[in-house]
Amino acid sequence: MSLGLDDGLADGTGTEAGGQDYLDGNALAGPLSEFSSGDLTVAEGRCENCGMTGVLATTRVYAHAPGMTARCRGCGSVLLRLTEAGGRTVLDLRGLSYLSIQRD
Amino acid sequence: MGIISSGFRGRRNKDQPGLPPGQYLTESFPVLSAGPTPRIDTAEWEFQLTTEAGQVHSWSWDDFQNLPQEEFTVDIHCVTSWSKFGTRWKGVSLDTFFQDVDTSHPYTMFSSYGGYTTNLPMEDILNGKAWIVHQFDGEDLQPAHGGPARLLVPHLYFWKSAKWVRGLRMMERNDPGFWETNGYNLHGDPWLEERYW
Ligand SMILES: [Zn+2]
Repeated sequence: MSLGLDDGLADGTGTEAGGQDYLDGNALAGPLSEFSSGDLTVAEGRCENCGMTGVLATTRVYAHAPGMTARCRGCGSVLLRLTEAGGRTVLDLRGLSYLSIQRD
Repeated sequence: MGIISSGFRGRRNKDQPGLPPGQYLTESFPVLSAGPTPRIDTAEWEFQLTTEAGQVHSWSWDDFQNLPQEEFTVDIHCVTSWSKFGTRWKGVSLDTFFQDVDTSHPYTMFSSYGGYTTNLPMEDILNGKAWIVHQFDGEDLQPAHGGPARLLVPHLYFWKSAKWVRGLRMMERNDPGFWETNGYNLHGDPWLEERYW
């Protein structure tokens, strides 16, 4: 093959450990800390599409892209998009019908 | 060989005339995606163009293959800062798809298998500026790179070149797509560094 069409690994071609092309939701912790002093990956969300609930840490995060996209483990729908675009962090939560967190 | 050639991996080079500001050259072809790679059988594949009147023009894979094909070599520029020179593609110009289409809307929204969307003005996709491509470097386009067919708009940042393209609809306003909704520029000209809002 020519020109590295299958350049793997860091390029996210599905050849990372375990054959997955996504990370677990803990990868959201860093950029989400811009929005909360607490750890938002322990917040529970509900998928607007299929109704599955779970903490953000259990979502599938596609990070080899202009931003991070967290998808539902159940149905694959986009739950959350997070971009660090220029000097701004943008959080799009349209795929979640709620996000809930336990108060201390 | 110890000789520093233009375009070795990851090298920033302000003396490269083909390199837009803030970009570095790469010889690899990084794969970027906001979701899992869909596997689309060409027997099921369809490309649809929907006008403001609700008219749907559609092309099967065979229809697509029977349209006039163009082979061309272009440079591509990703907003994540890599550029790749001299990429060779084969596909069909958007001008061909629009030949019998009656529309007066100035904007389009492209959509993909898997749900991705990106907005493009008509002036950026007509007159030989954009293609639906199905071959890269003489080989069928692989799923990881958007196969069986992707949009290619090489004069704009590569997030505009939607992988796994399945169609477009005409828009009166320039509504934002998947990334344009969330911090990325509505237009995306790499020479003007139109990266963000
Ligand atoms: Zn779901």
